[in-house]
Amino acid sequence: MAILGLPEEEYFSYGHRACAGCGAALAVRLITKAAGRNSIIVEPTGCIEVVSTPYPETAWKLPWVHGAFENAASIASGVTSALKHLGKEDVNVIVIAGDGATYDIGFGHLSGAFERGHNFTYICYDNEAYMNTGIQRSGATPYAASTTTTPSGKESIGKQEWKKDLVHILAAHGSRYVATASIGYQIDAYKKIKRAIETKGPTFVNLLATCPTGWRTDISKSIEIAKLAVDTGVFPLYEIVDGRHIVNRPKSIEELKPVEEYLRMQGRYRHLFRPERNEEAINFIQQRVKENLRSLLEHVEKGL
Amino acid sequence: MEGKTIMEASHAVSEAVKSVKPGVVAAYPITPQTHIVERISEFIANGEMDCEYIRVESEFGAISACLGASATGVRTYTSTAAQGLALMHEVLFIASGMRLPIGMTVANRALSAPINIWNDHQDSISARDCGWIQFYAETAQECYDLTIMQFRISEDKRVLLPSMVCLDGFTLTHLYEPVYILPQRKVDEFLPEYKPYHSILDPEQPLTLGPIGFPSHYMELRYSQVKALDDSINIIKEVFDEFSDSFPPEIENSRPERYYHVEDYKLDDAEIAFVAMGSVCGTIKVMVDRLRKKGERVGLLKLITYRPFPKNAIIDSLRGVKKVAVLEKAISPGGNGPVFDEIRSLFYDEMERPEIRDFIIGLGGRDVTFMHIKKIYDMVKNDKGEGLEWIF
Repeated sequence: MAILGLPEEEYFSYGHRACAGCGAALAVRLITKAAGRNSIIVEPTGCIEVVSTPYPETAWKLPWVHGAFENAASIASGVTSALKHLGKEDVNVIVIAGDGATYDIGFGHLSGAFERGHNFTYICYDNEAYMNTGIQRSGATPYAASTTTTPSGKESIGKQEWKKDLVHILAAHGSRYVATASIGYQIDAYKKIKRAIETKGPTFVNLLATCPTGWRTDISKSIEIAKLAVDTGVFPLYEIVDGRHIVNRPKSIEELKPVEEYLRMQGRYRHLFRPERNEEAINFIQQRVKENLRSLLEHVEKGL
Repeated sequence: MEGKTIMEASHAVSEAVKSVKPGVVAAYPITPQTHIVERISEFIANGEMDCEYIRVESEFGAISACLGASATGVRTYTSTAAQGLALMHEVLFIASGMRLPIGMTVANRALSAPINIWNDHQDSISARDCGWIQFYAETAQECYDLTIMQFRISEDKRVLLPSMVCLDGFTLTHLYEPVYILPQRKVDEFLPEYKPYHSILDPEQPLTLGPIGFPSHYMELRYSQVKALDDSINIIKEVFDEFSDSFPPEIENSRPERYYHVEDYKLDDAEIAFVAMGSVCGTIKVMVDRLRKKGERVGLLKLITYRPFPKNAIIDSLRGVKKVAVLEKAISPGGNGPVFDEIRSLFYDEMERPEIRDFIIGLGGRDVTFMHIKKIYDMVKNDKGEGLEWIF
């Protein structure tokens, strides 16, 4: 079924083996619609690679290459350089990677490719843990989320660290366009992906993608939850264009919905509410989410 | 540059890489450093090479960028050594599994710990099972010639596998020797412009490269890859023959008479044979000559092709020899020298089997002198020592 206002062409075919309610599969549909036919996709090991290419089948109607888990940005460097040598610089080169490949194991390659300034777009479908292998913690996993390697328990709140601020790290590489997006706001995500692809040099979009399996959420609520992540400020939507911040949503501290609304819907945060409510942790998350949005808005005010 | 000159073996490799006109070179210059990519950088800076050079952040990045470039359909080259090759290890399997004809030079050096930047073969021997073609060079000329030939071999549509040319760190990489540089048009005739036969990334014809292979298909795909490597033995021979016919050695030329998988040195009537790879063969040849002057019937088998393993050529060359001493600069800890194991295994099915012994030499840059070679010869001849021997 077509998504209203977006190109009808599908380059990521039905029949792939993603779970019901998979946010990443929807993310890939959006990305490929924005990319169009004249594109090459580079994919590290991860959920999407596994569900879309069971040899001899494929869900891809675009040229697609996978090498290993950590090296998609380097493979993309080779692809862009080869295209340059062949005089085919009009071809879009797009990495579509999970957060484990992006935030953790592939980070050195990603940093190297951004520093070198290859003309490619790196899109992270961020489902906030190693979902393909059984929900292990990554650098993108948020504070207090229970995963199989950070299980909640009598002595454990779940993950003890805050999510890595990769978007600003990549902006600091001098990228002309980095942004966050959510599958909850698809037109916004589509436009950002398109802009990232059209901007010369290395660009980055961190695209939040609900994972019902790993987040332990209702498969019919993927969009609703991805919207709430934004509206509570847990995952604010913003862009950094030529070094200047633009905050898309939420626009102010006042319009923030309580984080509790978002946390309550997910099994990975269940221990914050049952058997008894962990007021301290919920307040901590609420405060830090507000501080984060305040900091982003200050950047906008100061023209940074 | 063309004709005969004196140059560092590293620079001979750089000259060969320039002449094969790669579209993309991706390399990391350290862990440890060689002069190969530095000279290539100069060629590009001076406009002598039309090539994209990716200055990657690690060897892992280098081989990964080569994977991407080769998959996009351009001739692709990298060089590395020791720790760098170890860092590439994962992607070496992927490049061969994806049947990408990447060309690589390995400047053989020891692996840490202790950290040591000098020569032995542990690095590339440890990459033996990655599914790459491997050649070992003795001289700067062989480095140059094999670098040109490796692309013809790798890119042959019956092969489609990556290849590495291995040369000894320092003892060869930093050694100045006579090298005959071919005129560019001759190289162009031998190695035409690259036209990929393999599946490439092209929006006009979208294909999925590097998919997941379930147990239902993995084994067949591995089989076809391994068979291609096995079968490449004949194609390498063809290319060696064509190269040897096209570029015969001139008077006082540094080029060998002909290229074979293995070089026989005075083996015809030999009772005792050394087996070795790389630059140490030069030392052994001189020692063979000295021993022969004293009436000893001794010779050398030099392995040039190591993967695919040239089984028939080795058996043919060693036929009639009574005792064999395998000298190797690598070991499988807890086992034996890898080359020794393979050669001894070859003779299991033969009616006449020589006595075969294993000597570990020259690890971490330890000099291998005439004295060492003589000591090994005496031990073999007089049946002294037993099992695996370390020659310190």
